[in-house]
Formats: sequence, C-alpha cells, structure tokens
Amino acid sequence: MPIELKMPALSPTMEEGTLAKWLVKEGDTVTSGTIIAEIETDKATMEFEAVDEGTIAKIMIPEGTDEVKVGTVIALLAGEDEDADGVAGGAHASAVNTQPADISASPAEDAQAQQATLNARPKIGEAPASLRVEPEVPEGTEMVRTTVREALRDAMAEEMRKDDSVFVMGEEVAEYQGAYKVTQGLLDEFGPRRVIDTPITEYGFAGVGTGAAMGGLRPIIEFMTFNFAMQAIDHIINSAAKTNYMSGGQMRCPIVFRGPNGAASRVGAQHSQNFGPWYANVPGLIVISPYSAADAKGLLKAAIRSQDPVVFLENELLYGQTFDVPKLDDYVLPIGKARIARQGTDVTLVSYSIGVGVALDAAAKLAEEGIEAEVIDLRTLRPLDKETVLRSLAKTNRMVCVEEGWPVCSISSELMAMAMEEGFDDLDAPVLRVTNVDVPLPYAANLEKLALIKISDVVEAARKVCYR
Amino acid sequence: MAKPASSRSANASGAAAGTPATPNRERPSEPQRHHAETTELLEYYRQMLLIRRFEERAGQLYGLGLIGGFCHLYIGQEAVAVGLQSALDPNRDSVITGYRDHGHMLAYGIDPKIIMAELTGRAAGISKGKGGSMHMFSVERKFYGGHGIVGAQVSLGTGLAFKHKYSGDGGVCMAYFGDGAANQGQVYESFNMAQLWGLPIIYVIENNQYAMGTSVNRSSAEDQLFRRGDSFRIPGLQVDGMDVLAVRGAATTALEWVRGGKGPILLELKTYRYRGHSMSDPAKYRSREEVQSVREKSDPIEAIKRELQAGGASEDDLKAIDKDIRQIVTEAADFAEQMPEPDRSELYTDVLVETY
Repeated sequence: MPIELKMPALSPTMEEGTLAKWLVKEGDTVTSGTIIAEIETDKATMEFEAVDEGTIAKIMIPEGTDEVKVGTVIALLAGEDEDADGVAGGAHASAVNTQPADISASPAEDAQAQQATLNARPKIGEAPASLRVEPEVPEGTEMVRTTVREALRDAMAEEMRKDDSVFVMGEEVAEYQGAYKVTQGLLDEFGPRRVIDTPITEYGFAGVGTGAAMGGLRPIIEFMTFNFAMQAIDHIINSAAKTNYMSGGQMRCPIVFRGPNGAASRVGAQHSQNFGPWYANVPGLIVISPYSAADAKGLLKAAIRSQDPVVFLENELLYGQTFDVPKLDDYVLPIGKARIARQGTDVTLVSYSIGVGVALDAAAKLAEEGIEAEVIDLRTLRPLDKETVLRSLAKTNRMVCVEEGWPVCSISSELMAMAMEEGFDDLDAPVLRVTNVDVPLPYAANLEKLALIKISDVVEAARKVCYR
Repeated sequence: MAKPASSRSANASGAAAGTPATPNRERPSEPQRHHAETTELLEYYRQMLLIRRFEERAGQLYGLGLIGGFCHLYIGQEAVAVGLQSALDPNRDSVITGYRDHGHMLAYGIDPKIIMAELTGRAAGISKGKGGSMHMFSVERKFYGGHGIVGAQVSLGTGLAFKHKYSGDGGVCMAYFGDGAANQGQVYESFNMAQLWGLPIIYVIENNQYAMGTSVNRSSAEDQLFRRGDSFRIPGLQVDGMDVLAVRGAATTALEWVRGGKGPILLELKTYRYRGHSMSDPAKYRSREEVQSVREKSDPIEAIKRELQAGGASEDDLKAIDKDIRQIVTEAADFAEQMPEPDRSELYTDVLVETY
C-alpha cells in the first residue's frame, strides 16, 4: 500500500492553505525528516517533512495551488519494497479529500449535553451529612481563653505530633519564632528538620513546598504576609491548584499556604490587601479565612489533613485577640461550612475574617434599635456554604455583605450573585455590601480609617435594607 | 589571583602567596564517555528510535487535526533523556520536566499508547485526556510531569529533592529545563536553597540553542550555561547532548556526586531540536542549512547506528528494531485515534480530591 501524504495543519485553527512549493519531484527518494514541500497560510510558512521512507510515487496537488483543505492527499509515497510506477497508476481512487476526523459532536447534541452536565452539578445540600455536622462539644467541656495566634500554633503542633510528613517552612519561622510569633516554640519541639527557615524567596519556596507535596509530604508554607505571596501565586495556582485535574486525579498536592492577609495597621498600600477573592476564584483550591480562635484551630487542623491544596488566610489584627477554644484532644472543624455567629430574624449580615467582628458590633448596635441581625461567618470562602447563607436569607429576607476588602469582583459580589440566582424570591430588598473604599490603602491615619469598613456603615446599610 | 588586592590581604594569605590557585572546594571529576556493550547500545538505539518515530507520528497526527493546542516535539534531543534516565533507579529516583515531555516519559518506559492517547485527548490517555501534551504524569514511575510554566519544574523538582532528603529514601531528583528557563528567577532561588540544604538533585539544562525563537547568545549574558550554578557553589558540567554515551557518562558522574551527599549538581547538555518550538512555529529564526548540517553531522541516532555497525551489529538486527518500533508507534497511533473521548461527566471530576 502506498503511503498517503496529506495536507498538514500548521495550527489547530487552520482549515486550508497554499501548497507553495514542492521540494521533491516524482521518483525522488525521501527519508524521515526530508523536507518535501512548503506550505503557506496567511500567518506563516511551514516546511513539510516526510515521516516515512520511500519514493515519491505521485504528486497529487501541483505547487502553487491555493485553498488546499487540511487532510487532502497531496502526494503518494511508495514504501521500500513497492514499485513507484505501479502505485502512481492505481492510486487515483484513494486520492479523495480526507478531512481530519470530526471528533466534536453536533451543535444540538452539544447543547443537550451541556444541559445534562448543568443538571449533574452538585446541588445545595447534597453534600454528605457526615461532613456537615459540627463536632459535638460535650456539655461541660472546659473552654480555654486562647489567642488566635496560640490557636494556630497549637493546630500545627498537634498535627505535627500526629504525622511526621507535616512540616513548616517559611521566612523566620524557626529561629526567630515567627515574624508574628505564630510558630513560637515549634523549632524547640520539632527541630530544624521540620521547622525550616527559608531565604527571602517566596516564588522559590512556594515551589519547593508544592514539589514536596507532589512527592507525598504535607507542607505548611508560611508567607510572612500574603502580600508577598503574589511573587509565588504562580505555584499556588498553576502548580498546586491544577495538578489533580491535569493529571486526571493521579497526582495530589496536599499543601497549606498560610499567613496574614488583609489590612494591618498603617503599613501602606503594598502591605494591606485582602486576597480572599483572588484565591476563591480558582477551582482546585480550598480557601479558608477564619475569625475566631476556635475556628482558626479547628480549620487549620482540617486544612493540614486535607488532600487538597489550601490557602489559609489569617489576619494580623486578630492574632492577639482572645476567644474561647474547647479543650478537646482533637478539635477539627468541617471545611466548607459557615457558622452562625449570632442568631437574628430581621437582616442577615454575611462576613468573614476581621469583618465578622465589625458585623457583630454592628448587630449589637442594631439590637438597640430593635433590629435583630443574624451574623454569618463564612469561615471558608471556597467552597462557599451557600446553604447556610440562603437558609438565613429565607428567614430574614434581607442581606448585607460585610467585607474588609475591595468591592469589585469580591466575595460580596459573589454573595450578591448567589442571592440573585438562587434567593431572589426571598429578597424583600436589594442586597447591599459594605466594603473598603475602592482605592489603594493610604498611610495617613485619617485616610486609612476612611478607607476601611466601619461599624456605622454596616448599621446604615442594615437600616436601609430594613427600610428604617 | 591576578594581583594582591592590598598589602593587608597579601599578609593575610601568608605562606599561600605565590602558590598556584587551587579550587577552594571539591569539584566532580571529568565525566568519561560511557562504555557500552552491543546489547546495551542496541537498547539505547531502540529507545532513541522509539522517541524519534513517536514524535514524527505525533507531528503527523497534529497535521491531521487529531492533536490540538501546543505540541512540542523532542526530535533531535533524544540522546539527552535516554542517556540520563538510563542511569537512574526508577524505584527511588524522580524525574520532572517542562512541556517538551514526551521523550522523557518514553525513556522511562511509560506505555506509548497512553501517551499518544493523551495527545489526542482520549479517556485512555495517561491523564484521562484532561492534561494534554504538556501535562502528563506517572506517580507510579516517579515521573512528576509535564509543567507548562517555563521554569516552574525547577522549584518543584527542588521540592521533590527536599522530599527525598526529608524521608531519607535515598532517591535523587532529576529536573530538566531548557536554555530559556535558565533565565527565570525561580531557578536561582531554587539553586540557592538546594545548595544551602544539600538537596539530592541533578539540574539538567537541555540547551537546544533556542528559547522559542531567541538564540542563547541573544538572551543570556553568560551563555556557558553550566556556569550558572557557580554563584551558589553548585558545580556544573558541559556535556555533548548529541552523544548518548557521553550523556550516560555524565549521568554517572553526577549521580556519584549527588548520592555521595555532596548536594546538587548542574549538567548542561548541548543539544538541538530539529523541529520548531511547537508545531505552530515556522522556525524562521534559523536557516534550513543550519538544521540540515546538525542532522547530517551530529544526529544522535545515526551516530549510535554507525557505532553499532562498526561493532559488528548486523543489518538484520537493526532492521528488526526499526520494524518493531514502527509497529509500536503504529499501534499507539491507532489506539489514540480509536479510543473514545472522555465521558462528559469527567468535566467535573478531579477538581478536588475530597468532598466538602
């Protein structure tokens, strides 16, 4: 059988081209790699190489021919033991236009399938019940006053005691005891093999951590602040988040990227930014942003145990705040589950991280005016706990998002879209959002204060949706 | 030393003054060209030919529209992956590379069928058709991809080496990257940490002379890339990447160094890609004569063929290998064309491992 040489595609979008020039003639012997023709499109000229050995038996398309469809047989090649003349004689029948196999389905079929896949999407409330149950804190459990900083440290220490594959890596995490003292004492207990100071090299050590996770370890990568993680965001998104999918579920990346996020105090524009919406945009990542010490502990432990890559966004201003943490041997909280921080009936305030404190203070003020606000602490930003938010909305019929971050394309934006798409019938007023002002954070004390979310703004927005 | 910087430093060096400069730290010995018996040579020939024919066929399938997107072929560089990986211990050593990854997988003995089926985006592909040419992995074979961001595999590979050291499994990571990636910042961040922590890693620069369309001397202030580790005290060796036995010899030296606990080492393999950067690159930045000249004078497969013939391998033996390889590649291509595309439900799988 002669080998059919077909018009090649120079790019995935090319459908036809010009056979500009033949560099061989009938009867010429070619070997693999011999350039036999030049093909042109409006974008480029490409050389066409032979892949097989043999003799050019017949040239089917003369040079200079325009609009040669991809897949058209342009020449016949006689194999080593074939008679080139014989091939040329009997070949006409096979010189049909063989278009590349059409592997896409018809448009109608596509639309149908798209609907089917839409229907196949997990619906609210479908997650296994076992994963949605808060751990029971038995009656009489001792509560220990703990700072968020200590809670985070305890979570890491407990998991490191349990599992030798867990280690902490970052700038100043070991000998300095943590730039914000979150890793205090870990070096003493676990030694330099597992508590590792890195050079100031975020891109590099985020990649090293991600590679170690691909190799089977469970790294906790501390960024001194998430502002510096922008240098490393390529590894967080391109290397960590996409690996499981790209490998068809073969290669995992159980890693935690953690550190303070959002505005601190008077540190200027480059050190004050909330990256929650950035990471929450990325499929393949888990994004957690707790408020209380108990949640910080229970969720960090869950993050370290997760098989998936987790971005764990802390807040510097919360590190020193004290909360009750149940004294239990193994306090682990479910990822993807919001917490109702305050029960209410008149309006739902949805927030996360430091915004929860603002919302709770606003709720106290509103109560004085007779408005009972329900405050939801999202805790996890991806996956968002739609169920809890929508259930609350169905109860209060009013919603205000409170977010220490910019307004555009924010978590608030997502919550508002969710309310429109899935909670529209429950709404008695448009959803409002209270966010930082849409500017880089200024240094001057008065301007900084103006730019950040305030209790009074939340109170105002809540009154507005209650038409008060 | 050209001249003493000052009398103070001359005094400080004391008795050493006037003696010839000796390296202030250990260097690996000069690699020797590997000596191979005929059977071993035949195996190298077979593996390189498999990569060549596989890639030619991949180019063909691309031309027919069966492979889409980006497709970077390894033709011309076969001796690098074959020579280096033949020295590794697949039970403990790991390999990671960039997007020009088909050759490295074939050199690690991964089934050509499931590689080709990944290229055509079929469910039977090694990544279920969800990765494509640039994103293929085999955790079982310790082949960690398959990465599309230039230079990312260098940090990730350093992390794999960190894992080898952390768990004391005796493994070494081999991290491949190109002359283009050698200019990325994270490469040097990784070099620094690898040397600082004595990680078991062989950094392999496959210098095929062109970073897409930009030649090394147009992009690199220090174009002798094996010197790029000097500032981090990582020794470097320059190797003829078109000679599989020279490559294998260098791998032996590098492995001795790394397994000896001396930390990372850098190999620069001088090689050449015959095809464009990817399938859609018309390669107008170099002359046809340049490519032809390399093919004629330095082709790694032709060289080993001549060596085999001189060593007494029969024409029949070589023909049998050729035939065998053609058969394997044809079967791979047929498999890749015939297997179904992934089920539509696969769209939503493997985003996360757990359910939340």
